[in-house]
Amino acid sequence: MKRIIYREWRIPPARYWSLLGILASVVGIGALAFAYMEHEGHWVSGMSNSVVWGTPHVFAVFLIISASGALNIASIGTVFRKPLYKPLGRLSGLLSAALLMGGLLVLVLDLGRPERLVVAMTTYNFRSIFAWNIFLYSGFMAIVIAYLWSMADRHGEPYNRPIGILATFWRLALTTGTGAIFGFLVARQAYDAAILAPMFVVMSFAYGLAIFMLVMMFTFAEEGRPIGERILCRLKNLLGIFILSVFYFTLVYHLTKLYGAKNHDLVGWLLLDGGIYTFMFWVGWILVGGLMPLGIIYHPVLSKERNWIAAACGLVIVGGLASMYVIIIGSQAYPMQMFPGQTVLASGFFDGVQGEAAHYRPTIPEVLLGLGGVAIALLVTSVGVRVLQFLPESLADDVLPVDEEKIVEQGPAGAKA
Amino acid sequence: MGKTTEMKDHHEPTDRSADPGLSEATRSDSAPSDSGRRAFMGVAAGVTAAVVAPGVVLHSVTAAPRSEAVTGDVRWGLLIDTAKCVDGCSACVDACDRENGLSLQSKPASASQEHWDDQKAVWIRKVKLQDNQTGRVTNLPLMCQHCEHPPCVDVCPTGASFKRADGIVMVDRHTCIGCRYCMMACPYKARSFIHEVMEEQLTRVPRGKGCVESCNLCVHRRDFGEDSTACVDACREAGHEAIVFGDLKDPESNIRKHLAEMASRQIREDLSLNTGVRYSGI
Repeated sequence: MKRIIYREWRIPPARYWSLLGILASVVGIGALAFAYMEHEGHWVSGMSNSVVWGTPHVFAVFLIISASGALNIASIGTVFRKPLYKPLGRLSGLLSAALLMGGLLVLVLDLGRPERLVVAMTTYNFRSIFAWNIFLYSGFMAIVIAYLWSMADRHGEPYNRPIGILATFWRLALTTGTGAIFGFLVARQAYDAAILAPMFVVMSFAYGLAIFMLVMMFTFAEEGRPIGERILCRLKNLLGIFILSVFYFTLVYHLTKLYGAKNHDLVGWLLLDGGIYTFMFWVGWILVGGLMPLGIIYHPVLSKERNWIAAACGLVIVGGLASMYVIIIGSQAYPMQMFPGQTVLASGFFDGVQGEAAHYRPTIPEVLLGLGGVAIALLVTSVGVRVLQFLPESLADDVLPVDEEKIVEQGPAGAKA
Repeated sequence: MGKTTEMKDHHEPTDRSADPGLSEATRSDSAPSDSGRRAFMGVAAGVTAAVVAPGVVLHSVTAAPRSEAVTGDVRWGLLIDTAKCVDGCSACVDACDRENGLSLQSKPASASQEHWDDQKAVWIRKVKLQDNQTGRVTNLPLMCQHCEHPPCVDVCPTGASFKRADGIVMVDRHTCIGCRYCMMACPYKARSFIHEVMEEQLTRVPRGKGCVESCNLCVHRRDFGEDSTACVDACREAGHEAIVFGDLKDPESNIRKHLAEMASRQIREDLSLNTGVRYSGI
């Protein structure tokens, strides 16, 4: 094992500034989209009184839970004492803070009164999980910054593990809290399920890791820094386990719903005739976000190809956005059961007449606002790795520390391949 | 319509208060101002005092009776007799729209009608139901149910969604940040978000883009001691009397007497929210 050296990201300036320019443009367009929606009002969006949270929330929640998941790598290194992952801790922390920033910005800029953010920061109702989340998010940001300091500064070294442990628990609370935003809603059938909280935790692991791997592979490849098979194989297998875990929770969620007769209609609608939501579920969430990446990750040949691994990560991200779309928008589109055993023949306010789901069509400003949040996260990451020493010079097999599982890894994993 | 006129009367003192101030200001303005700062300052001070003072004084006068805190001695509620609610009648909805300025909303020019219908604010709507087993048809008005344990109040991060001591659930428009979490949490889809810039609005029901609102049992009438709501009056005037308003805590109130006589239910009783709006015949 050699000493790990961290170095700024030194890709050619022309390339770096082009990348920054592109990201800044997307951020700028997102800002314009925000200004447009803020100036005109939300009528220019696809959101309505029936579907009150739309595409911006899909992006925001996706980014926020991914932020928590992206910190996984640092946690594994610090808290679970896996030296192999330690060199990636700094990037993990940076990406985590950047994703959270992007997600929160989207969330805040979609408020009806974004200029009243100061009210949200000063007036609290502690019965609200939303209010708790404001503390969880801002606290997470502070803890991650402290965590980064403890990783990068020699004076911080003694505090590294305690901060790491705190960060791990904090991010579990954060994702639980984000899942609980939906899980605590007794009004809507598709929510009102405690399992949403742990499901969001597991989803965060998968989506955050997928984003982390893509960023890592991209930054390393751009500068020609080596990534060894060992670490890549580890990360890839970890991603596989997380995807399987998401599957498990998805299955249990639907079984839980299906068991009660009152939810038969909901599950039938979602899985069979929910239109775009059924498509998003089967094709987006299950196929693209689950089966396809699993097929790549556990394929004897493709799993060795870096481009395919990157593709698997990309698919997990697309599937993740689809799953958020189904959870956030699909669950609102399904009409609320106010009158069980009765059919709504007519309503002055779209109460699911003849069982019809609410209409929602994403509009361009909403999508641009969401993409602006993604671009912010990537912009912060790009600037961070450029000006500070976040990236290790090499992740080659001979540079990385030997892991205690090395022997185990060579055994069954080698046999499987 | 009669009610609207009457409600405007409540605000007449404030309107009148502006007049003396203005005339005073005009008088001060017309005073000869020879030269020098002292004269100018004097005039400016006079103008300011003349404009502001009557407003301050009269404001405190009109505010006096309303400054008494709302107490929990009463709990306002509604009883809806669905047997009397007539198919096709929208008197309550129309009256609410007028009373609370909802009819002043205008569709943005380039918005599609269908989308706008789901974006404009609605405080009360008619719902027509059919029992799947028996085929029995029921009509009813649906609005904020003014729960004793309102989910919208629980979830509001800033406490803008609140319940008054007298049971009315409403939104503080000064602290609402427009997150719409209350709309996600309401089991009755009772809340609306203001999606557009408001051009016109009533003084008694201020309304602004980006905030959430819902039926507040004509709270401005409570503050002036009236004992009905716009929907109740309209239903009575239409000859149906399907809605009864009153104090759920007073055994002698009209609503309590009706509730004692007829079986009634809460919508989504399974949630144990103890709603302030009760229905008979569902």
